[in-house]
Amino acid sequence: MAQQIVSEILDNRRVGDYHVLSLTAPGVAESVQPGHFVTMAMGGEESSMVLRRAFAIHQVTSRGVYGGTLDVAISVQGRGTKWLSERRRHDTVNLVGPLGRPFTLPKQGVSCVLVGGGYGSAPLFLLAQTLRDRGCRVDIVVGAATEDKLFGVLDLKRLASGLTITTDDGSSGIRGRVTDVLNEVMDRAGADVVYACGPMPMLAEVARISTKRRVFSQCAVEESMACGIGVCMTCVLPVVGDDGVTRMVRSCVDGPVFRGDRVRWQDINTIPPDAFGAPEAEESA
Amino acid sequence: MSRALILEGSRSNPDSNAGADMQVDLAGVPMPSPILTASGCAAAGRELDSFFDITRLGAVVTKSIMLKPRAGRATPRMSETPSGMLNSIGLQGPGIDSFIDNDLAWLNQRGARTIVSIAGETVDEYSRLASKLRSAGGFEAIEVNISCPNVADRGQVFACRAESAAQVVQAVRRNSDSRVPIFAKLSPDVTDIVEIADAVIKSGATGLSLINTLLGMVIDTATMRPALAGVTGGLSGPAIRPVAVRCVWQVRQAFPEIPIIGMGGIRSGRDALEFMLAGATAVSVGTAVFNDPKAPARIHDELAQEANIRGFARVEDLIGYAHRTEDAPNPEAPSSSDLDEWDFITE
Repeated sequence: MAQQIVSEILDNRRVGDYHVLSLTAPGVAESVQPGHFVTMAMGGEESSMVLRRAFAIHQVTSRGVYGGTLDVAISVQGRGTKWLSERRRHDTVNLVGPLGRPFTLPKQGVSCVLVGGGYGSAPLFLLAQTLRDRGCRVDIVVGAATEDKLFGVLDLKRLASGLTITTDDGSSGIRGRVTDVLNEVMDRAGADVVYACGPMPMLAEVARISTKRRVFSQCAVEESMACGIGVCMTCVLPVVGDDGVTRMVRSCVDGPVFRGDRVRWQDINTIPPDAFGAPEAEESA
Repeated sequence: MSRALILEGSRSNPDSNAGADMQVDLAGVPMPSPILTASGCAAAGRELDSFFDITRLGAVVTKSIMLKPRAGRATPRMSETPSGMLNSIGLQGPGIDSFIDNDLAWLNQRGARTIVSIAGETVDEYSRLASKLRSAGGFEAIEVNISCPNVADRGQVFACRAESAAQVVQAVRRNSDSRVPIFAKLSPDVTDIVEIADAVIKSGATGLSLINTLLGMVIDTATMRPALAGVTGGLSGPAIRPVAVRCVWQVRQAFPEIPIIGMGGIRSGRDALEFMLAGATAVSVGTAVFNDPKAPARIHDELAQEANIRGFARVEDLIGYAHRTEDAPNPEAPSSSDLDEWDFITE
């Protein structure tokens, strides 16, 4: 169950183009599963920024005196994330978590391919460790526009049986995109499951490739949120349910992890005409 | 309504340590707190109940429900603005039948008081919604969201014309149990809100909810297109608070006997106090919930202290207090040391 806490910042360090914050999270960190996220309020109590920002949980640790702590990766994109990136040790932030539905984990030791785009690789660390602990083979593919926008490559190398890196400009690894090499990696790994986190177009392509190969895929989406707890209906996307009906579901509580074959990737940012509750077609006059 | 009846009717005790007596009587409905959720900002209470006890609220005001299931608008649906946000959700919801069977049933089982917000595109839809609710029962009041496009009037929202606003309220009144209070939620996007208030009161509204969001727009300067898929959206949050307080003030002045639920940018007990002083009997906390899921419970406690520090033993005595003519002394004038700690005079 999600908790709301005042969290103290223990560390704020630069990793490539990103910041990694370590935060005290007693009562939160203990129940984190891979794929969970937290939200933080930006700018203090009287802030003019009224919406919380959501961050995937990167790592969870137990640090003696602090109880549970957790790490999040931040990409500075606007006023809120800029403010957060400027927080220093001992500053506090209002934090809610863990939130969302985590990744589903295989019961047996199967072969898993993890795909991360940009700092979308952040939540894959916890996932990779958990999968390895269950006896799974873990292969990882990470990609970004440039080398600076790759996240945590050295640590990923340690967690993976095989690590493949791509950059759009060829500044590190293979020139191209993660989806250009995915088939080859899946062949090599004999993939049973694919996990992915990153921008929507990347997730759409990962899901398409996996589904074509009849491989189960799970994608953690990055849909913009306002509340993070399921009350505001901002972060919806069209997803096909077990009953075959498409609904506009909330990525904060029904996701952020969805089955890749269930998300209607091409229809994101629309209300598909056959979705539950879609406007009825105009009567032809 | 007598004081004794209010005490008997209240379902839970207010915090004993938090200062003033928080009970209010909202149009004959006794409530342990003047703090409500705002429609559209709390779904049907279930999610917030894991952050605070929703039975402590005056009532849960549920997200506006329509006759049929509704998928809402395309995304993006939200844009943050200075001290506020713009939304264009488009009333996504499960439809009234599912709402009654699942959401309302859960709220009753949980023991929460409920004000059901309804929305329609035709007067007939509002009638049918009210009929279904009358059959179902299990709620304290209806809030009529009239800020919806009127299909019969080229999409003009009902709330912006006295005549169409009155038609909707009359339809809901006729199809509801006469004992159920009906609150008409008015839009501030009108020339004279008192005129609209007058029309809906004459059509049978028991009280008024003030205010709905203001129509706004944001253009994304990166894409150089409207930020919301719906192009325009409703502005809410602290940015609109002075507009809301002004509306409550004007309507209270014109109709001092009509109960008002005040809302618009409340994020602290001090803000709630401001609305009550302007004339609100209860207040709804909306956008603040997105920033702080515990906001309604926190604001309840803060308001109790704010009242107490000003020498008010009961928050009911705050209602409309800013309208007093002579500068009467407070019920129990606070000591000067209290005043030094709370510099509300200069705020």
